Amino acid sequence: MSSEQVIDRLKNALGDKLKGTFAQTALRIYAEADPADIVEVTRVIHNDLGARFVIASGMEMETDFEVLYHFAFENMPPPCPLVTVRVHLDHEKPLVDSITSGVPAAAWIEREMHELLGIEFKNHPNMKPLLLAEDWPKDVHPLRRGRPWEGKVDRKI
Amino acid sequence: MSSTKPEVTKSIVPIGPFHPLQEEPELFRLHVDGETVVDVDVDIGWNHRGIEKLAEDRTWDQVTFLVERICGICSNSHPLAYVQAVEDCAGGVEVPERALYIRTFVAELERLHSHLLWVGLAGHFLGYNTVFMWGWKYREPVLDIFEELTGNRNHYAMMKPGGVRRDFDESLFPSVHKRLDEVWKQLELIAGAVTDDPVLHARLKGIGVFSKEDAVRYGALGPTSRASGIPADIRHEDPYAAYDRLDWKVITTQNGDVYDKAILRVLESFESIKILRQCMDNMPKGEIDAKMKEVPPGEGIGHAEAPRGETFHYVRSDGTNSPIRHKVRAPTFMNLPTCKATVVGESITDATIILAAIDPCYCCTERLAVVDADSKKALMTGKDLVRLSQEKTSRVRKELGL
Repeated sequence: MSSEQVIDRLKNALGDKLKGTFAQTALRIYAEADPADIVEVTRVIHNDLGARFVIASGMEMETDFEVLYHFAFENMPPPCPLVTVRVHLDHEKPLVDSITSGVPAAAWIEREMHELLGIEFKNHPNMKPLLLAEDWPKDVHPLRRGRPWEGKVDRKI
Repeated sequence: MSSTKPEVTKSIVPIGPFHPLQEEPELFRLHVDGETVVDVDVDIGWNHRGIEKLAEDRTWDQVTFLVERICGICSNSHPLAYVQAVEDCAGGVEVPERALYIRTFVAELERLHSHLLWVGLAGHFLGYNTVFMWGWKYREPVLDIFEELTGNRNHYAMMKPGGVRRDFDESLFPSVHKRLDEVWKQLELIAGAVTDDPVLHARLKGIGVFSKEDAVRYGALGPTSRASGIPADIRHEDPYAAYDRLDWKVITTQNGDVYDKAILRVLESFESIKILRQCMDNMPKGEIDAKMKEVPPGEGIGHAEAPRGETFHYVRSDGTNSPIRHKVRAPTFMNLPTCKATVVGESITDATIILAAIDPCYCCTERLAVVDADSKKALMTGKDLVRLSQEKTSRVRKELGL
């Protein structure tokens, strides 16, 4: 199925909840959503349109945080496009709702983004450290810009 | 009495976190009631190396070598997904045909050696040490092929944004064909051993069943989801390298139990050999590198079907010579949580093989210990648990009158 057909399906299902939908290359579709809508948007893409949740990528940019939710539309004849939904979060206080109610497979990656980037996920069922040690300082997030651990982490850890 | 103090019968079995055979250290805590597993906790992060952060300090070319070190078994799938992400970011680079065939060849040879390794380990867990010896013995000629063609048995360093680093010497192809014929014959032996053995049927069928619904819910990947009847395969869905020019099949099985996962990997190995032969027969002549000069600002996604499922890489460029963000997702990240659906409710004698069935290179059995939940006293060691599993096999064999 072509990217245009997938974009049509996304537009029909989600209307104006998705903004700026475009195909960057033949099988890579990008769209943006309001953080307030992300639970609904991901639930519709995963449950109603039947896309597989691939992973989410979080990153710190100059003025904000971005979380990208990647989905693969596999329930169609190949080639199957990848859809990426982007949300922008506040740089001072990155906070977004957890999508695990609709997409349970996102539980681990939200834990990872929480500790590595310091993004808060509201209503996550089990927000304990996934990768870092249990005694790692709570305010040090290794994937933030620069070297956020310097001077804060005892090298013996 | 158990009715007033049920916790007396419950124990926690920690499996892990370290073992030299493991691809990644991980710790499973099995909560067992008598012989039945009632809950399982997975604890990862024992080997967190900060690869994503390191990638921000490397040039685009250096990152290829960095991600190759993520895993020693699928040391081609990460660089392959990464170079595809970089090519996607650069707006679709025209990679030379010959390079695409070489990429396909290396990726399939890797699948073959990885599946043979798994078959061997699964055999060991079940007390079939002959299968263990076979699996690992016939993995050797596969590694020899790697050495002949790429120069290395592991960490082949063949991938490069825009192409591959080294060309293949075609005069070696006849001997590679011969070795592959030999591996094919041995695979037939292994396939026969799995399909004809009533003990293996009794031991693996209906064990650790992973339903299609759960596979969708957990976002399971690769053989773990294909054994549950989901025909998902990135090689087929988002054809990369030269897969769309070759004749091969996506293998699926329907029952989601350990038996189906085992037979699926054996059948996939046959497909891999078919792909390898076609690659050698049809390899076009010509350039092997598109000579990419720079990566423009933007973002790109690359994914590839590793032996264990989809490997996913996302890169973000600001136009400089290194990525500003590089996200890596290995297939085991999605497959590990599925143990909650497969192990709970099963007997502890089957736990090792069920956890091994997703192929997380999980074989930390030597580190395994059964600990009484109250006294924290060790009741069993890892060796005991493998012994339990092997004893069950011989018991089944006796019951079947063999």
